[in-house]
Amino acid sequence: MTISVNRRDFMKIAGGAGAGLVLAFYLPSKAREFLSKPTDEGFAPNVWLSIDLGGRVTITVAKSEMGQGPRTYFPMIVAEELEADWKLIRTQQADADPTKYGNQHTGGSTGVRTSWDKLRKAGATAREMLISAAAARWNVDRSTCYAEQGTVIHRPTKRSLSYGDLADDASKVPVPENPPLKDPKDFKIVGTWVPQLETPDRSTGKAMFGNDIKVPGMLYASLARCPVFGGNVAHYDATKAKAVPGVRNVVQIDNGIAVLADSTWAAMQGRQALDITWDKGPNAALSSDTIRKMFEEYASKDGVVAETEGDVEKAFANGSKTVDAVYELPYVSHSPMEPMDCLADVRADRCEIWVPSQSPQGAQDIASRITGLSMANVTVHVTLLGGGFGRRLDNDYVEEAVKISQAAGAPVQLLWTREDDMMHDMYRPASRHIVRGAVDNSGNLVGWSYKMVGPSISGQRNPENHRDGMDRSALSAAVDLPYSVPNLLVRYVMANTAVPIGAWRSVYASQNVFVVESFIDELAHKAGKDPVEFRLRMMDKSPRLKKLVEVVAEKSGWKKQLPKGVGRGIACSSCFGSHVAEVAEVSVEDGVINVHRVVVAVDCGIGVAPNTLEAQVEGAVVLALTAALKGEITFENGQTKQSNFDAYPLMTIGEMPNVEVHIVNSYEPLGGIGEPALPPAAPAVFNAVFSATGKRVRRLPVTRLA
Amino acid sequence: MASVSLTVNGKKQTVNVQPDTPLLWVLRDTLGLTGTKYGCGIGACGSCTVHIDGEPTRSCATPILSCEGKSVLTIEGLEHDGHLHPVQEAWIEEDVPQCGYCQSGMIMSAVALLKQKKNPTDADINDALSANLCRCGTYNRVRKAIHLAAKKGGAL
Repeated sequence: MTISVNRRDFMKIAGGAGAGLVLAFYLPSKAREFLSKPTDEGFAPNVWLSIDLGGRVTITVAKSEMGQGPRTYFPMIVAEELEADWKLIRTQQADADPTKYGNQHTGGSTGVRTSWDKLRKAGATAREMLISAAAARWNVDRSTCYAEQGTVIHRPTKRSLSYGDLADDASKVPVPENPPLKDPKDFKIVGTWVPQLETPDRSTGKAMFGNDIKVPGMLYASLARCPVFGGNVAHYDATKAKAVPGVRNVVQIDNGIAVLADSTWAAMQGRQALDITWDKGPNAALSSDTIRKMFEEYASKDGVVAETEGDVEKAFANGSKTVDAVYELPYVSHSPMEPMDCLADVRADRCEIWVPSQSPQGAQDIASRITGLSMANVTVHVTLLGGGFGRRLDNDYVEEAVKISQAAGAPVQLLWTREDDMMHDMYRPASRHIVRGAVDNSGNLVGWSYKMVGPSISGQRNPENHRDGMDRSALSAAVDLPYSVPNLLVRYVMANTAVPIGAWRSVYASQNVFVVESFIDELAHKAGKDPVEFRLRMMDKSPRLKKLVEVVAEKSGWKKQLPKGVGRGIACSSCFGSHVAEVAEVSVEDGVINVHRVVVAVDCGIGVAPNTLEAQVEGAVVLALTAALKGEITFENGQTKQSNFDAYPLMTIGEMPNVEVHIVNSYEPLGGIGEPALPPAAPAVFNAVFSATGKRVRRLPVTRLA
Repeated sequence: MASVSLTVNGKKQTVNVQPDTPLLWVLRDTLGLTGTKYGCGIGACGSCTVHIDGEPTRSCATPILSCEGKSVLTIEGLEHDGHLHPVQEAWIEEDVPQCGYCQSGMIMSAVALLKQKKNPTDADINDALSANLCRCGTYNRVRKAIHLAAKKGGAL
């Protein structure tokens, strides 16, 4: 194999005659860093594209697929610039490899944003090389040739050659430095409704998730952990567990006792038969009540100022009307339908892992540290993820599987039970928000004070980074409001607990936007203004979001009369680089909130893949409303009280509102779409509840309106 | 250990497992049919839905001993003569799945519904799939696909 690298950021691999065209790119800003390395091995392309002699285009997908669509939008973007025949597109999932693929972290709604430029350039580069190869073959001026549907066509003579015919020749063509990119107005694939490539497998049972993978000699494992946070094994007796038919081994790792067996059921039964005495540790008295009391107490602290403008105290003194409110949000779980799982095979000289992780390189790093093997000797294969929502950004289950495999000396498929999953989640933290607002006689918002009390994800994990008591991420969407408010004060009071917490789809925006948008609604009513008008008057500094408020008001028929008992509410927010406004229509019957319709307007720059974009919006609405209307995670005696869907119900098909999605293309830089539609959903619904009933909801969840 | 004989997707099988083993784990671990998923283990989420003698059943809460002589249909058995089931075709046409993990159970529940009711109403769908949970938000497309499958003759 020979590898040639051009001056900037591109590599072409010539595998000899008959191998077709294989291109590998490293296209973000760090390109030079890699290129300065002397050896080919040090070069780190993160977009791989190959065209074989049959014209099949294979694109390596370096982001994790959990339904948000990288295995479809990666190829869409490449195929658009490549002028490929969509039917000949294939994908393959990249193993974890930071030197090869850059950052594979799949979170923060970054997938499209961070891949867009490099995927386009990859497709355009290959297209130009194929055109050059065809022009040379015909001995014509390349400007008389163009690419279309996986072929290059000579315009004057209508001759054509397929990409498969040209792949070998193209691999010998010099690499163009700056291939022209298409005008977005000429896009034929991007921005259109393209079926997901994974759908047939997902509709036939062929799709392979983490716990579907089996390897020879594998044992099934179930791990007993202390139900109390921070507790551990005091002593245990495995005699009865070992007597369970099918149980092959019992091993202790640092956070529990693992039973290994010939089948999942035997492993679970063996685990039930373990006789364990727990050392409950320091948190055995922790409960939701103690946490709530702590938040209440901390609410009287001044907190750390994150943002200030004007003189908020003066505004409250002079404002004609003020409103004070306290909002509370609960802990909630991720509960993806596939519980945590990981297959690990640790050998003396290598480790191989199959895992549905949003952070495969994190998994690789953990396994390397546990085993002492170099990163190069730890292979992490990324399976399909049965949901993530942020939970699979953490790799605690990988850590366990690696330790169990190491202790047992066998490949181990560790499957968490649903109870494990719900009781040992990295929950979305609870929070308490103390807010005060003032409007003047003309109905303008003149004062805004916002104090958030709650745990810091980063602060609980790395307290040394937060000695000043501040974590700005906890205030995301609570600072830099889209509204101009002359007097404003935003503060944070860090209130960490022993409850493990992590990123939950849209993270802190899911809490802050509920409070901000509900309270804006309260103030609009206090000012005697229409909630849409009240917002629009303050939104000149946020033209993209302002436009969406107008669009969603129009599309929802905001001013149209509703039947008695039906209410309409609006909310909007900007996060993860995108802007979203939503209007909800609800009715309330015997205290039960029925959400009929959610109208969504979204501006994420360009709606690259409208099919998955719409699905992501629907998914965000479901997750938001499940958290707002269905249940909460609570604690008693240091452990989670809910352990399965009987106690932590999810929204069902009969409760699902119609969701209408309106994509507004601003052609501004791309934003994310996995998360931004989540935060406005709950406040839109509860603003609608207020409109329907006159009852203001300030504490979630509400399973039944009092 | 118990020896249990049953038919799975038209094929006779005899398995030797602990008698209390749920059908789910026999399908997945013993027979290698991994299309049927574990979601909750208490029959609450529907990911493990299969048909036993034509009835939609939660395989995670069905001991294998109760399957003696029964006929089990899983997602892998829906294809007929190399053709997908009309429900699967509708699923693909509406591009229903997101992560896909709950979808086998959804499809099996939908197939059972369409056997009972050729043209189910929205209320019928809500009722039949009330315990098929999806965390990703595919419900509206599930509904569309079931209506489409009904048009296609989904009871086939």
